[in-house]
Amino acid sequence: MLSVLAHLALAALWPPLLVGIVGRVEAWFAGRVGPPLLQPWRDVWKLLHKGTVQGRNTTWLFRAGPVAGMAAVAGAALLLPAGGLAPIVSFPGDFVVLAYLLGFGRFFLVLSALDTGSSFEGMGAAREVTFASLAEPGLFFCLLALGRLSSGWSLGRMIASAPAAGGPVAALVLVEIALVVIALAENGRIPVDDPATHLELTMIHEVMVLDHGGPDLALVSWAAAVRLFVFLSLVAGLALPSGLTDPRLSLALFCALTVALAVLVGVVESAMARLRLVAVPQLLVGAAVLSGFGLVLSLL
Amino acid sequence: MTLLLAGSAIVLAAASGLTGFAAPGPRTAQRWAAALMGAAAACAFGGAGLAFARARPAVLTFGGWLGGGTLRLDGFSAIFLVPVFAVGALGSLYGLDYFPAAKLLGKARRWQLFHGLTVASMGLLLLADDAILFLVAWEAVALGSWALVLVEDDHAEAREAALTYLVAAHVGTLALVGLVALLGQAAGSYSFDAMAARAPATPWLLALLLAGFGVKAGLMPLHFWLPGAHAAAPSHVSALLSGVVLKMGVYGIIRFAGLLPAPASWGWALLAAGVTSATLGAFLTLAQNDVKRLLAYCSVENIGIIVMGAGLALLGRASGNAALEALGIAGACFHVLNHAMFKPLLFFGAGALHHATGTRELDRLGGLARRMPATALCFLAGAAAISGLPPFNGFASELLLYLGFGRALEARSALAFAGFGAAALALAGGFAAASFAKAFGMIFLGQPRGPAGGEAHDPGPAMRLAMALPAAVCLALGLFPPLAARVLRSAVSAWNRTPGALLPSWGPAGQLLWRLPIVGFGLLLLLGLAWALRRSRGGVTARGDVWACGYPAPTARMQFTGSSFADFLLGALPWPAVRRPAGEAPSALFPARARFASHVADPVVEIGLPAASRFFARLSDRLSSDSHRAAGATLQGNVLLLLVVLAGLLAWKLIG
Repeated sequence: MLSVLAHLALAALWPPLLVGIVGRVEAWFAGRVGPPLLQPWRDVWKLLHKGTVQGRNTTWLFRAGPVAGMAAVAGAALLLPAGGLAPIVSFPGDFVVLAYLLGFGRFFLVLSALDTGSSFEGMGAAREVTFASLAEPGLFFCLLALGRLSSGWSLGRMIASAPAAGGPVAALVLVEIALVVIALAENGRIPVDDPATHLELTMIHEVMVLDHGGPDLALVSWAAAVRLFVFLSLVAGLALPSGLTDPRLSLALFCALTVALAVLVGVVESAMARLRLVAVPQLLVGAAVLSGFGLVLSLL
Repeated sequence: MTLLLAGSAIVLAAASGLTGFAAPGPRTAQRWAAALMGAAAACAFGGAGLAFARARPAVLTFGGWLGGGTLRLDGFSAIFLVPVFAVGALGSLYGLDYFPAAKLLGKARRWQLFHGLTVASMGLLLLADDAILFLVAWEAVALGSWALVLVEDDHAEAREAALTYLVAAHVGTLALVGLVALLGQAAGSYSFDAMAARAPATPWLLALLLAGFGVKAGLMPLHFWLPGAHAAAPSHVSALLSGVVLKMGVYGIIRFAGLLPAPASWGWALLAAGVTSATLGAFLTLAQNDVKRLLAYCSVENIGIIVMGAGLALLGRASGNAALEALGIAGACFHVLNHAMFKPLLFFGAGALHHATGTRELDRLGGLARRMPATALCFLAGAAAISGLPPFNGFASELLLYLGFGRALEARSALAFAGFGAAALALAGGFAAASFAKAFGMIFLGQPRGPAGGEAHDPGPAMRLAMALPAAVCLALGLFPPLAARVLRSAVSAWNRTPGALLPSWGPAGQLLWRLPIVGFGLLLLLGLAWALRRSRGGVTARGDVWACGYPAPTARMQFTGSSFADFLLGALPWPAVRRPAGEAPSALFPARARFASHVADPVVEIGLPAASRFFARLSDRLSSDSHRAAGATLQGNVLLLLVVLAGLLAWKLIG
């Protein structure tokens, strides 16, 4: 019971901190001081207390999008182990639930963007579904390779025992690399999308929620943070050394790893430019091919 | 008792169209017909329920007419019987408002007659347990569906689609006659029991099976008749065609595969056919801008998903993997049930908005969610379900298949490579979600893009009920999939009739179904919490303009369109959708006129088939000019040639 509460608290409260870390790393590279680490939290809190302005023609779906997005990533976080904390919900086949929950959130967020009728938001939605559809096979190749390595089809089992199962190390390395690329794409980070851009024409994720404000925007930003946490904890869980017996130690190590990955995201964002939009599909297909190779290697 | 109920369902359905001759007025006749279809559905559900409850199938052999025949209802045929009559009854209900007899007297009568007959012949097809009766029922289904597509025979589009369907269906039947003849010869009898006991599984049979039933089911390269027929027919006919007539082809594939000791190569072939159909179908779904063509291509995708499940089951049976066999069949059967609920629902929705606006073009619609809230809600449920999103039923059946792919991947043999199919399923799922986000967004959200949406309104109560019922079933089966566990288990244990074959092991599939309620209800709980959080704080909501980069007067024509929405994804991949943009670009300093149109070609229908038909036309030209010289270019000469060939064949048969 206590571990479930700890897990819930971690999944809800840790993610905005990771976003804050990414921001601080970028500020450091740019020679600025940067916002306080807790700024994402303060923003969510502030936005939750504001009123909203909603397009004249929008329907209830405009408000449903952020709610569905939040519920979906929260559900996804419950399926993943966090260091020594076992997943709250776990059964064989739950890796599909993870992917489809993210799809559920995306579907309703896209509808909420289309509800405004604005061309900007439609364009963002088109880009979002394009990149998500192309990222899907890669994500599944990764998850299938983990399942094959660990001979189990629940995420808890896959992440805990795939690294220790004695399969080819190269398979795991390829899966990790592909997962990092997919994580950057799914979370709208450079090199796929620039979360800090101010030009509507070049936006993807940001332009979909251009007209959301107040509590809606609070849910969107919080959900984005939790989604980043979900993907980083997938990567971090696999990188965790096996054989840790003390759950507190492995939890601490897990948190440290997610922080390290957040720093890595910040470094990537500071060190490279965004890819041109037409090059992004090639990157995603490349990630799928890489993870496909990982799956083939895991069959050895 | 089982067969009595199923038989009376067939008789009631067949008789439903005859009320037009007996009832006092056209409106009453239509109501009686719908009531008869409802009664038929009740009987069919009763018969199917008994078949699910009993371990042994109900069998009846009768003699006499055409050498007799056998009727049989087991769990596997019963799982197809339920949607046939359910969609039949829903279609009749929908027709009360959609095809009011008071307005369209002749058409409504004709539709009602052939609707009942087609449903009845599908029931007979599922009961048939010998190949002759099976083929006769197939022919009745094909002719009935042809007549249904032709109901609106004043549209040239419908006439053309009906002709294509008639030809395609009979090409399929030709392959089936070959299949049945070969099997009957090998088994020494046309009864399915004899075939199961004695017939071998040869590559020729596989080719005929895939060609014959592939055309009927609309598998990818053989789907050419499908989009036209679905788009041109009235919506409740499209619902019946897509919801259940296609499934009869799937039934044929799985039924015959279950009768024969099929080797692993059959499983690989079905898996490959399913993967092709699912991915290419999903890709072309995204490219469509006519809502009914979009739904039609989506049927190609879903048939592919079902056939993938059948392929997994055959691979499982051939390699002795009982859990894989059960997961494949259970996933395929569950998807049959689910698709027969959400696809008619979506076609009913398409009919409602065609009724209300007079157009099916996505880029002329928009903003209907405010004018047609009930239709929008039902369509949304169908769209989420068909995209495989939780907490709807499509998710549960796809999950069974994913777990099947996982099982295959665990194998320490070549079987593991079947697991790669999961990525195809994921890709198809992604495309389907994108397509339905596009369809729902363009139809129901934003502002009306054309003059049509202005006075649109929700349809009458019968149409609304016909949409609400399947939507409720989709949600119920998605929230609590164990509702279908008993039924699926019965189908899984009944599909395989080869003697001495391995019994499928239900365990993993059953466990998965019982774990799924936590996903559906958990998601509902989280949605509730997120909604409460949004409501708890926050001030007033004001209405304002949408941000348009500072441009103050955007019009409805400036909204994003369906074509643009799909173009980015279609353009990201060079193949298989061939984009054909056309128009004049603006030129000079003061451009006077500019025009742009784009169209995505179906590689089979618009490129492959015309090329093939040109080739055959040239070939037949050359052959006929040769035969002109040989036989004097007369009809009599050709008949003589035919006679000589027949006599030769007869002599060969008599001597050999």
